Amino acid sequence: MKKRAGIMNLFYVPAIVLFSVFVLYPLMKGIFLSFTNWNGYSQTYKMVGINNYIRMLDDQNVHRAFLNTIIYGVGSTVLQNLLGLALALFLNQKFRGRSLTRTIVYLPVMLAPLIMGYIMYFFFSFNNGAMNDLIGIFGRAPVDWLADGRRGVFILTMVNTLQFVGISMVLYLAGLQGIPDMYYEAAAIDGVKPGQEFRYITLPLLMPAISSSVTINLIGGLKLFDIIMALTSGGPGYDTHSLSTLVRRTYFGSENAGYASAIGLVSFVLIMVLSNIVVKCLEKKEVDL
Amino acid sequence: MNKQTKKNLWRMPVLLVIFAVYLSPFYILFNISLKPVTDLSSHWKFPGSPTLDNFRTAIEQGEILSALLHSFFIMAAAVFLIVVVSSLAAYPLARNRSRLNRGVKSFILGIMMVPPLSILVPLYSVLVDIGGINKYWGIILTLLTFELPMAIFLYTNFISSIPTALDEAAAIDGCGPVRAFFYIILPHLKSVTASVVILTGIHCWNDYQFSLYILQSSEMRTVTLAISSFFSQTTSNLNAASAAAFLAIFPVVVCFLFLQKYFIKGMVDSAVK
Repeated sequence: MKKRAGIMNLFYVPAIVLFSVFVLYPLMKGIFLSFTNWNGYSQTYKMVGINNYIRMLDDQNVHRAFLNTIIYGVGSTVLQNLLGLALALFLNQKFRGRSLTRTIVYLPVMLAPLIMGYIMYFFFSFNNGAMNDLIGIFGRAPVDWLADGRRGVFILTMVNTLQFVGISMVLYLAGLQGIPDMYYEAAAIDGVKPGQEFRYITLPLLMPAISSSVTINLIGGLKLFDIIMALTSGGPGYDTHSLSTLVRRTYFGSENAGYASAIGLVSFVLIMVLSNIVVKCLEKKEVDL
Repeated sequence: MNKQTKKNLWRMPVLLVIFAVYLSPFYILFNISLKPVTDLSSHWKFPGSPTLDNFRTAIEQGEILSALLHSFFIMAAAVFLIVVVSSLAAYPLARNRSRLNRGVKSFILGIMMVPPLSILVPLYSVLVDIGGINKYWGIILTLLTFELPMAIFLYTNFISSIPTALDEAAAIDGCGPVRAFFYIILPHLKSVTASVVILTGIHCWNDYQFSLYILQSSEMRTVTLAISSFFSQTTSNLNAASAAAFLAIFPVVVCFLFLQKYFIKGMVDSAVK
């Protein structure tokens, strides 16, 4: 039997080899490169110690991207879950057209975020943009939506939210359908008000769905790349860059691979720390209830 | 009108808003792709004289059809490899609960945590070293690797739910682990394979970040790369660019509408642990 298990274990060797070559080794190499001044193509480079990390402390563009990444991550997570829960509660009622509505809300999840970004360009562009036409109806002057960095970050967060809210909606719908009717029946007999019903039955029993949905949205938002590239390419200036678009800009734009590698590792630490804190908090909540 | 319908009347405006928000992007994309370049009317207005010229431009100048073909080939190869490598890897992980395998499992879980973007720079330089830039195998192996953890996770959970009695009976009859996998386990994996194919397929099809780094030659463009170059180069001809975008999302939308049930099941399975 032992020999059998040994042969069987060979089955995961291909996967382990792939992980080692394409994840583990690059990760090690990335840590090494972050201590060099490599420019991305030449054969030679110098060790510069922790200079890249020190440089980051003073680099306004990195600060901005760091903050934006958190906004994209946390902002989309909050919006997606509130909106997703509202949609799920709404579409869990019985009425005609609800399954069509679910389909329509979930459809954009399947589309490439890059293409969604370009479609949104038709809405937010200054000349002939669909948004400006809309506000024009109410007699408002056209706005250059993406010219302002803060508004740009907000718009990108909203676009990401509306595209992927379907994920939260579907997870919450599955969660709602998993709650046995007898709890609500028992509550009705005891004369519980609808608000209390939601607070004491629905919400606690949705905890597993909440934690899956929050984790997925958070990681998705922290990794935001395609939509930014399509809508603003990080501009105006460096105002809407996330860490992932800044890595690309630093690597190919300013040929600073060592520095880009260090920024990449900072994003790694940020994603790990934030998602672990959130997962731990949610797990604790799940146990408490 | 009875009391019940009156009470539910509030749903109409809510539904209207949802439909407006979610259908207007498609409406506008479609509208623009049908308008002649000279038509500068509002995006909301239906074209006065619809034309298919933009689609012709997208196909002839944007080479969108060959991009669709490249994307399809990369997706098909990557998904096939994902299914083979991950289902094989999951079998021992689900069946042999040794200390070694527990270690392997947590190694894979750890890999799942590494966000691809944070190692893109070194990954790119590794691919340069092994000659994987501008090669199909470079992008295919990269996509394969980063989709593997989730696929292994889905398969391991599923195989754990298949009774071990099946394997044991096969072993007593002298069936080795390789044959046991192909004849006993594999036939049970249809539904989870459907989920894996759909989930990872959609990721591969929509990939932009990896392709942008790895496929830099214009002859190998995937759909997302073709669309982005179209939008950045031909700023004067956004109509053709939107025709290209329309052609790019069309296959996905059709697939989704027909296989909706599987798309949603796959997503829920992968999310709920």
